[in-house]
Amino acid sequence: MNMQTAIVMTAAETALVDAYTAQIGELPGEGAVLSARDTLLADLRKQGLPTRRVESWHYTDLRALLRSVPAADPTAFAQRVDPLVAGSSVLSVLNGKADTKGAPTGVNVRSYAESLVDGVAAADLIERDPDDAIGRINGSFVRDGFEIEVPEGTELEQPLELQLVQSAGQSHSRFPVTFGANTKAMIIERHLSVSDAPSLVTTVCDLILDEGAEITWIILQQQGEADSHLAQVNFDLGANAKLRLFVINAGGKLVRQEVHGVTTGEGSDFKLRGINLLGGETHTDVTFTLGHDVPHTTSTEVIRNVVFDRAKGVFQGQIRVAPDAQKTDAKMACNTLLLSDDADFSAKPELEIFADDVQCGHGATVIDINPTHLYYLRTRGIPENKARAMLVNAFVDEIVEELEDEAVIEPLETIIEAWLDKHA
Amino acid sequence: MLEIRNLHARIAEDGTEIIRGLNLTVKAGEMAAVMGPNGSGKSTLSYILSGREDYEVTEGDILYNGESILELDPSERAAKGIFLAFQYPVEIPGVATMQFLKVAMNEQRKFRGEDELTTPDFIRRVKEAAARLQIDPDMLKRPLNVGFSGGEKKRAEILQMALLEPQLCVLDETDSGLDIDALKIVADGVNALRSPDRAVIVITHYQRLLEYIVPDSVHVLYKGQIIKSGDKSLALDLEANGYANIIDAAA
Repeated sequence: MNMQTAIVMTAAETALVDAYTAQIGELPGEGAVLSARDTLLADLRKQGLPTRRVESWHYTDLRALLRSVPAADPTAFAQRVDPLVAGSSVLSVLNGKADTKGAPTGVNVRSYAESLVDGVAAADLIERDPDDAIGRINGSFVRDGFEIEVPEGTELEQPLELQLVQSAGQSHSRFPVTFGANTKAMIIERHLSVSDAPSLVTTVCDLILDEGAEITWIILQQQGEADSHLAQVNFDLGANAKLRLFVINAGGKLVRQEVHGVTTGEGSDFKLRGINLLGGETHTDVTFTLGHDVPHTTSTEVIRNVVFDRAKGVFQGQIRVAPDAQKTDAKMACNTLLLSDDADFSAKPELEIFADDVQCGHGATVIDINPTHLYYLRTRGIPENKARAMLVNAFVDEIVEELEDEAVIEPLETIIEAWLDKHA
Repeated sequence: MLEIRNLHARIAEDGTEIIRGLNLTVKAGEMAAVMGPNGSGKSTLSYILSGREDYEVTEGDILYNGESILELDPSERAAKGIFLAFQYPVEIPGVATMQFLKVAMNEQRKFRGEDELTTPDFIRRVKEAAARLQIDPDMLKRPLNVGFSGGEKKRAEILQMALLEPQLCVLDETDSGLDIDALKIVADGVNALRSPDRAVIVITHYQRLLEYIVPDSVHVLYKGQIIKSGDKSLALDLEANGYANIIDAAA
């Protein structure tokens, strides 16, 4: 670490440090919040952006990949779009500015800017570990977001969409969300870009699921071809809580989506389902860690990647089973369809098991289109390119179908088909 | 309708010659049975007719309606009306059966310059054809052939054939893996497609299927050649006496 202090700062590092100096007077929050920001920024300045020498960033050398940071653009304009699923409640963050209008009844929502101003947020602005570059950048610059509380027993009939629309510049938002006991909800975290101008978007979501909560959280990332997207979801599962997390990446130039969770209540279940649609010259990293900290908890992770052109993808998945977390059942799979000679995908599954009575497994495969499948479709009169697109679509559609809700499956399928039409 | 002239073909990967000078003519309206022992080249013949790229034609020609099809890829042959019912229909996870049927029907229509089917028209056609073949509508909601029993897969092949309305149907061992009830349903499905402007080639191991699908001609394939042709009595003769006599006579 000391070596890095001797290295000259990169353009992006300089831009971040300078931006902090320029913005410090106007960033919301004083006292403890300001001091937490100062600490994070000092660490960022001292350590620089992580390089491949940092193990958790080995396949995503952020220092090399984040070439520049777009300046804040006060003239940028963005507006709400229709929700992914008709009838959803929408809470929007437009170019980093949160709007609490549209909160569903029975759900307590306030803007995170308020939490920053009144100092409640100070406790959030920490690094989860010494290599937490996303927490550091986001915590230094965070301006807004939503603090959401779904009270005990609440069942949301319609999805709640967190709609982040970016047109240029930067936005750094945070979403602490508490799901009370026995709540049921579907949350759609949607990232959109409405211009070709580059932007930097960072988000941190801290989810707490109390006993018996059953939550589906869908992250749909469709940022622009010049955008950098650094995101982190942290979750804590109480007893018998169930979280299904779907991560769909279909955009961005440089993307890192981190998911970090712990099971702290027995009987809890976590499912991660990921679809990475990668094309052009882009870099997309999904990094996942899960601690099975108590006995009798289960998790499955299935990641499907489709890689075209010169795109590069990364999946790191780490499952830890604590010494007394007996009867843990954890299964992780990462399947990749490489569709060009220059496409690249790195998968790094890790199991750290300290209990003896557990079922854990992982597998990573790289496959090509099955020639027999292709031949069969063609014998029915389907031309080769169309047949190929059907098979690529089928590979990821198996994941979408797991949502088992046509209202959300259909728009997701439309987005995936449109992406494949454009890139295949 | 179909004229195969002195066809020689080999496996592309290792050059093994499978078809060695095969001649066969099938007329419109004809139901032709191709029989032969294991390893005689029956399935290979069906693959070559469909345009599978794992095989190379080294000599001879295949004329379909008077034109060579050797340069056509599988989807073009299908769109021109050649249909192969597979011995082992392929399971394709993630491709919904209904969506597959719709794409296949519409792609063929597009190729022929016809309008695409409207959704109600498409659904009506599928429902009618499925009912005739006693196919459970729930089966069509599943991914293509995935989790289908052997009999369901064969019925699904015949369903596709009925919907795509080909001119030349090639049935590769359609009877294998079928119990007697399923065999009757499949045979009825094939018989329903008999028409003066459609030809059917039934490739089979046993005479059993030919009790239900009565052929106009029977051809014995051995070591990549047709060594004997006759009417339906030839199939009965094979059933009673086996292939040995015919093979010896041809040698």
